[in-house]
Amino acid sequence: MTSGQVPGPAEAWLLRAVRPLGGERADLLLAGGRIARTGAAGTLDATETGAQVLDADGLYALPGFVDLHTHLREPGREDAETVESGTRAAALGGYTTVFAMANTHPVADTAGVVEQVWRLGRDAGHCEVRPVGAVTEGLAGKRLAELGAMATSAAAVRVFSDDGHCVADALLMRRALEYVKAFDGVIAQHAEEPRLTEGAQMNEGTCSARLGMAGWPAVAEEAIIARDALLAGHVGSRLHVCHVSTAGSVEIIRWAKSKGWRVTAEVTPHHLLLTDELAATYDPVYKVNPPLRTAEDVEALRAGLADGTIDAVATDHAPHAPQDKETEWSAARPGMLGLQTALSIVIDTMVTTGLLDWAGVAERMALAPARIGGLPDVPVDVRSSMGVGAAATLTLVDPEARWVVDPARFASRSRNSPYRGMTMPGQVHATFLAGRPTVLDGKIV
Amino acid sequence: MNRHLLSTADLRREDALLVLDTAEQMARLSDRAVKKLPTLRGRTVVNLFFEDSTRTRTSFELAAKRLSADVINFSAKGSSVSKGESLKDTALTLEAMGADAVVCRHPASGAPHRLAGWVRGSVLNAGDGTHEHPTQALLDAFTIRRRLGRLDGLAVTIVGDVLHSRVARSNVWLLHTLGVKVTLVAPPTLVPHGVSAWPVDVSYDLDAVLPASDVVMMLRVQQERMSAAFFPTEREYSRRYGLDADRAATLPEHALVMHPGPMVRGMEISSEVADSARSTVVEQVANGVSVRMACLYLLLGGAYERDEREVTR
Repeated sequence: MTSGQVPGPAEAWLLRAVRPLGGERADLLLAGGRIARTGAAGTLDATETGAQVLDADGLYALPGFVDLHTHLREPGREDAETVESGTRAAALGGYTTVFAMANTHPVADTAGVVEQVWRLGRDAGHCEVRPVGAVTEGLAGKRLAELGAMATSAAAVRVFSDDGHCVADALLMRRALEYVKAFDGVIAQHAEEPRLTEGAQMNEGTCSARLGMAGWPAVAEEAIIARDALLAGHVGSRLHVCHVSTAGSVEIIRWAKSKGWRVTAEVTPHHLLLTDELAATYDPVYKVNPPLRTAEDVEALRAGLADGTIDAVATDHAPHAPQDKETEWSAARPGMLGLQTALSIVIDTMVTTGLLDWAGVAERMALAPARIGGLPDVPVDVRSSMGVGAAATLTLVDPEARWVVDPARFASRSRNSPYRGMTMPGQVHATFLAGRPTVLDGKIV
Repeated sequence: MNRHLLSTADLRREDALLVLDTAEQMARLSDRAVKKLPTLRGRTVVNLFFEDSTRTRTSFELAAKRLSADVINFSAKGSSVSKGESLKDTALTLEAMGADAVVCRHPASGAPHRLAGWVRGSVLNAGDGTHEHPTQALLDAFTIRRRLGRLDGLAVTIVGDVLHSRVARSNVWLLHTLGVKVTLVAPPTLVPHGVSAWPVDVSYDLDAVLPASDVVMMLRVQQERMSAAFFPTEREYSRRYGLDADRAATLPEHALVMHPGPMVRGMEISSEVADSARSTVVEQVANGVSVRMACLYLLLGGAYERDEREVTR
């Protein structure tokens, strides 16, 4: 998980009395982009290395978070988000790498576009930006995009997705899965059977029946996941399932993994917390694709994330301009902000409930997504991510902090957060990217 | 009373009965030579129609005029709305003009809810997408009560495209609130997936339900449902779920046949039944004006104290 930015040789930081993974207090010396030395709290000396000292008493150190699913909107919708604003939000949320989804304008389906996004990320410098390449030209689901060209470009694309659209054609999906084996790529599928979701507005169930909105049935997601898992098993390829949202999907993925097939999955923070009852407000801030589901689904997703059936948390951070949300429900664009609230929601839904410990948070928010995304230099396990020689790519969290969500204060250009006014547990205090702070004291450096 | 009339689901029993009782007083007015009350003089009612609906718009317009309100008809066709103006901007425009009530018909479910957050005046839902059509349900209940003398304990059967029907939804909640036993009859494809949570019985067999129905309410079936494979052919639908004279003969003597209009004669209802003595189709139209007068009167006539703080922008 090293960065393209090499810190100046003089840049060294001593994290004093930090608690790696929430364990015993320790001193960590960051130098040369790595964890150079560790010691008992208060024992390491800053003067000999000239390191700046960060009093980290009370803070937990975790490996820097990796988001497999971010919409940065650039190029094309710079009014909603830019690489600069989106990666600021990412760093403030504790992220050190984001995978930028391909549904931009133009679509990221050529080496040229993915290199542009990658360069914008490198120039912004707030976190690593790894572009996701489109599976099909223009996300149209008809012809494969030049996947190899994107893989060998400077952006070194490994994750391919038509996210926002499903690769619905079974034969095209099979070919894509097979083709990316040549460069150890992965197809990240937006699982949505298009015929079953024509005009769909929200989860199909008792709420949609009452509210008179066209339903998005769970089976439309589950049918595609089952099909794709079978295809991935058949051709021996890697499949990643985006934003799993139903209890049935968790069961199918559990079954696919039991077969030894190379299937991974992500869940969003909003699907871990919110339910379809919120649609009764008709406020499109709650409109998202896949839609918010039922309390039973939320329960199953949390259990799936806890037992590892679901490998990773991914935000599906989806900024939208006000005119795309301040409308009637059916006219609004689906999606919600996620980067600056993800950790708090994981704490709220997984840690305080006892489903995950802090090492588990590190695994689901940093290591697992790094492995799925094919990042280099991923620590072999959570413990070694805090050991000497590991990349100094870290997130320092104040677990005791409480804060009230005010979207106006987010770094994102957009304000479509469903958590407005909610009190959140835990806050990112600092983020280090290969030894260099991108966030200190909760502010962008 | 609530400040807005958006759904019958949030209408309390006493409010619903107040509307029906007030409508009864309004109905007496239409027997007089001068059919006008000065109650809403100087108040402005805007008919904001994003869908064509001559009968509902005319009914609201007449209701407002009989209460002496100034009425503005704001139709989406040929206005700035069709040029891409947002619902919110339209709402702010009406707000700036000082609309006291906005009667809203919109193809999107929930659009009147959104509107209610953007304007200070009362919002009356005149049909939103496949969600609700509260005044239709109120006029249906009014019609039943006038004809049969009561609502409590009656059995009402609603037949047809329940899935896409705002009339069905509003009737289910209102009739349940008023003590009516509701049965829905439709092909399984046109019953909402989440219907199990509704306070109704569901049947796929019209013939089995008719002999025990005090009222049978037929819903319009739209042509496009056939092409979307909800049922095979018009003929088959009509054979299984249409109300013809033979079927109507199995109803109890006193039973009513209702239809919110516009009817597709020969499809969901035969002409013979539509024009029979049981049929309340024409009465429903007349009662619609009385019920809408009652709603406007209760929402604008001081029953609700305005609270400016409720407006969110």
